[in-house]
Amino acid sequence: MTGTTLLSARKAMVQARGKTLIGPIDLDLGATGVTVVIGPNGAGKTTLLKTLYGIQRLNDGTVTWSGNEEDIRKRQAFVFQSPVMLRRSVRDNIAYPLRLDGISRKAARDRAEEWGHRVGLGRVLMAPARQLSGGERQKLAVARALINGPLVLFLDEPCAFLDGRATREIEEILHSAVADGTCLIMSTHDLGQAKRMASDIAFVLGGKIREFRPATDFFTAPETPEAQAFLRGDIVE
Amino acid sequence: MTDIWQGLVQAFLLIVGGDADLVEITLRSLQVSLTATVIASAIALPFGAVLVVSRFRYRRGAIAVINALMGLPPVVVGLVVYILLSRAGPFGVLDLLFTPTAMIIAQVIIIVPLITSIAHQALRDLWSDYHDLLISMNTSKRQRVMTLLWDGRRALLTAALAGFGRAIGEVGAIMVVGGNIDHATRVLTTAIALETAKGDFALALGLGFVLIILAIMVNLVIHSLSRTEREGRW
Repeated sequence: MTGTTLLSARKAMVQARGKTLIGPIDLDLGATGVTVVIGPNGAGKTTLLKTLYGIQRLNDGTVTWSGNEEDIRKRQAFVFQSPVMLRRSVRDNIAYPLRLDGISRKAARDRAEEWGHRVGLGRVLMAPARQLSGGERQKLAVARALINGPLVLFLDEPCAFLDGRATREIEEILHSAVADGTCLIMSTHDLGQAKRMASDIAFVLGGKIREFRPATDFFTAPETPEAQAFLRGDIVE
Repeated sequence: MTDIWQGLVQAFLLIVGGDADLVEITLRSLQVSLTATVIASAIALPFGAVLVVSRFRYRRGAIAVINALMGLPPVVVGLVVYILLSRAGPFGVLDLLFTPTAMIIAQVIIIVPLITSIAHQALRDLWSDYHDLLISMNTSKRQRVMTLLWDGRRALLTAALAGFGRAIGEVGAIMVVGGNIDHATRVLTTAIALETAKGDFALALGLGFVLIILAIMVNLVIHSLSRTEREGRW
């Protein structure tokens, strides 16, 4: 874990139809850097992210934030694997969180245009968001999430369906956000991306965190046989 | 067949001749039905959106009741409004019976369930798209409703137009509460009923064609103003 603790999970557990999806989870996340949640498909990465974010109801345990939880919850954002595009222009999609905060339409649009240019969507600001390509949609989602200057940004496999170029562009935007002080918590099953992005790694399997360590330690000397197998490219269930 | 042909000729003559009575009852039809549509939409569209984003105990039952109310018999609605507005009724003091306002009230009651139901169905699909995003943004219920209403405005326009179509074609309720009084509460549908009762089928058909043209024109104008098709890609 890097720096001071941002949020802590204690015996956090999520169940559905009598089946445990994740948990019990014990975790302390830092207020800076990039925590990457990795694991095979179905391991529980998305559920873990949603649980930490607070949009997945816990069946047991707690997730608590350091500081004023209400303030922090207002300063967190989530980018979904398949980003949701509002039926508006690209600019108005990016401006949407500002409008929710009561910022005037003009001021919100001005800042949205600035962010649109920053993430490479300057040419399509007035286009309907639903006409964007997959990479552009993800850039829009990231810009929309970052426009409020969140303390922490959750990303659920943000580059899952993107080509190399789009992935690199998204990663550059995210690196820039980290440099601006935003803490990232993201899931991926792309080990290359995890190596490029992570300061900490949470390896998830079967709904449990099997390892949670600094990225360099994890990639050089994974402790559990499952993590070793996962890094070798073996099928891990 | 001859009656229909005569009706078409009569409609043409009425329109081209600019018949003063026709203009009056056409304008009254528009005034009553458009006012009822605007009032009903102001009630039904937010209500439909609230139903979509809310989770409460009897939600399914409420939706079923609203869907059932789409089939409200207009004559019964007219009768109830008549009783409420009559001298002996609770709102008799307002002296609204046999006025266009009474007709508007009856039409609002008839079309609110229709607009609510169509709006609910349209916004339900939009809500399933938006759900995760709006929840993740910690939006309030009001913000969710406003977002759905704004982004679903074109589908909601269809709901409102369906309400207008029902209102302008309605005869049973407005006949009861309006009384079909010449130069006061006569509208196209009640005039058609009157001419049919008198046996003047050609004039009745002529008025019917005028009503159809009117309904189509209002739809076209509203679609055109709202640029529904041009921005359908949104």
